[in-house]
Amino acid sequence: MSVLYAILAIGGLAAAFGIILGFAAQRFRVESDPVVDQIDALLPQTQCGQCSYPGCRPYAEAIAAGEADINRCPPGGQATVQALADLLDREPTPLEEEEQEKAVAIIDENICIGCTLCIQACPVDAILGAAKQMHTVIEEECTGCELCIEPCPVDCITMVPVGTDITEWRWSEPEPSPIERPIHAIANGSRQSG
Amino acid sequence: MQLHRFHGGLKLADETEVSTRDPVLVMGVPSQLTVPLGQHIGEAAEPCVAVGDHVTKGQRIGQSKGYIAAHVHAPSSGEVIEIAPHAVPHPSGLSAPCVVIQTDGRDAWGDTRMEPWLDWDTRDPRKLRQRIRDAGIVGLGGAAFPTAVKLNPRAGQRIHTLIVNGAECEPYISADDMLLRTAPEAVFEGIRIVAHLLGVDRVLFAVEDNMPEAMRALTETLPGELRELIQLVSVPALYPTGGERQMIKVLTGQEVPSGGLPADIGMVCNNPGTLKAVCDAVIQGRPLLSRIVTVTGPGVRHPRNVEALLGTPFADVIAATGGYAKGVDRLVMGGPMMGFAVHDDAIPVIKGTNCLLATRPQDTPPPGPVMPCIRCGECAAVCPAQLLPQQLYWQAKAKDFDAIQDYGLFDCIECGCCAHVCPSNIPLVQYYRYAKNEIWAREKERQKSDIARERYEFRQERIEREEREKAERMARKKAAVKKKEGGDSDQQAAIQAALERARARKAAKAGASDEGNHTEKTGTDRDGTGDPAGSGESDPTDTGHR
Repeated sequence: MSVLYAILAIGGLAAAFGIILGFAAQRFRVESDPVVDQIDALLPQTQCGQCSYPGCRPYAEAIAAGEADINRCPPGGQATVQALADLLDREPTPLEEEEQEKAVAIIDENICIGCTLCIQACPVDAILGAAKQMHTVIEEECTGCELCIEPCPVDCITMVPVGTDITEWRWSEPEPSPIERPIHAIANGSRQSG
Repeated sequence: MQLHRFHGGLKLADETEVSTRDPVLVMGVPSQLTVPLGQHIGEAAEPCVAVGDHVTKGQRIGQSKGYIAAHVHAPSSGEVIEIAPHAVPHPSGLSAPCVVIQTDGRDAWGDTRMEPWLDWDTRDPRKLRQRIRDAGIVGLGGAAFPTAVKLNPRAGQRIHTLIVNGAECEPYISADDMLLRTAPEAVFEGIRIVAHLLGVDRVLFAVEDNMPEAMRALTETLPGELRELIQLVSVPALYPTGGERQMIKVLTGQEVPSGGLPADIGMVCNNPGTLKAVCDAVIQGRPLLSRIVTVTGPGVRHPRNVEALLGTPFADVIAATGGYAKGVDRLVMGGPMMGFAVHDDAIPVIKGTNCLLATRPQDTPPPGPVMPCIRCGECAAVCPAQLLPQQLYWQAKAKDFDAIQDYGLFDCIECGCCAHVCPSNIPLVQYYRYAKNEIWAREKERQKSDIARERYEFRQERIEREEREKAERMARKKAAVKKKEGGDSDQQAAIQAALERARARKAAKAGASDEGNHTEKTGTDRDGTGDPAGSGESDPTDTGHR
């Protein structure tokens, strides 16, 4: 008899939790794929298409679907590869192309004819101007994607590397210790007292 | 008074004896002053004078931008001859915008001088704080944090204790020591102003026990009416007692929470030099124009303290003391523990320049080769922030920037104790600085990419919306055209109806006038029944013909 009670009690609990979990799964369903959002958050959002996908989000979707490797983002560099590897628990692979130096587009305002083609190409609306008016780049907003270079009919846009000024300067990583130093060098070591 | 002890720390040689033999030398006005616009923590000031302008002593030449920032003033009168980047004291050795003034030697104040407030104790604390901000005062202990910000606690925070941090714990530096010996009254006056501004209950004035002269000067000049308020405390000389958190721990036994400020536990900590600057600003209307700099080390002939105008080149300051000793090869701004080497002695004295330390090769032997960490744990034993320097080192090396923050990287004060005791000569502090910079840079990049994403998404949405609107417009136009066509047929129907009516009337009339006239009737009948639909079209043409 007591076995029956036990079975009933456990069975009842199982049913109750099953109902709660089933309800929660329906009620709190997450619509978008959070992995895609997380990957997208790590990409530099230049929308440059150098990964062969039309923008950062499509690339993020491709990575999430397992269609693309994580080493195809030159503006993000090795740091992005590392971050993606950490997120997705994959092995970090060396960057497919060379890491891209940070740069901004500069329009030579003497040559610009005001055709608006670059304005249409800019994915972040960082170019200001109107038809037959001189155009200019809002440097603060430029992501350095180079998408405006191609359409310019008079080749008046150049990419200028962003120099390091005193507020952006960083301490460099120290040289690692030469672990493979031969033992005799350590034994004779030039360590000074104090 | 019951003193406490902070964790770790190092007993370092004092080395201040050489630079405290002579009184403070007040330097004259050099022929040229190069005044950097960013001399403080926070955003650099914006120049508010132009090349060719004549400026008077104390005139504002750099306007601060934002809240955590400080104004910059002309240290002497003269002409602005250049506003351009020049080398400034910074570990990077890079240039930053400076205002260069060709002095006229008159050192004349102008109309812009702030009014002296002898009756400051009747002024509103807000006015006093504004005066401190207007005077461009920053912490003169070396960190150069804007003082007006420090003296402005958040709403609901009551400050009950003002701590005067007179512990110059780094070897060689004696600028505060000499200030306390020469001008203790001004420091006390500054304390009274700040105590009034903050409404504190007590002031703890800490001086290290290796500064007996300064302590004597303070004890002798402490006014009777302040003895209730100000308590002079001699603290044991131990590096880094001069750190804000360490000083609070020593004096009160309390700890500033991680990531918090002393104000969170009701305390504010100021350097005596800063308090003298507050006194000058309020009582004399004098902005921060000069500071005491310790010129010392085996690399100078005659170590001593100098009061130099901000913007004076290091070379001039060193020349004023008697010049370099033979064989000098290294000049450090700050102390031997936390200072950094500069590569050029033409760079100017700034608000944070507390010491110039010149050394010869034999004084600073190279530290020896960097060896692998042997996990001895010495670093953890001396860390005054009670961190695990070894763990931080591994994490910085592995670029594991999440874990390193969990281990309290941002509580590191970069005092250098860990690197000092490391038997493997690992440049630990450089690893922490690297990690901090990298974390800040990544945070900045992340913010930038968030903005780019937002702008991109907005653009996509806008393009879609424009297309949708265009499509809607087209659809509306099409509908309108169709409607117009439909309208035409209605009109035609109306015309036809009118014609029919007219014809019917005509027929009725004809029938009434000539009933039984057969020919007429047949004619009308033929006309009427010939083509009911076509009649509408043919009729007007007919009318036209007629």
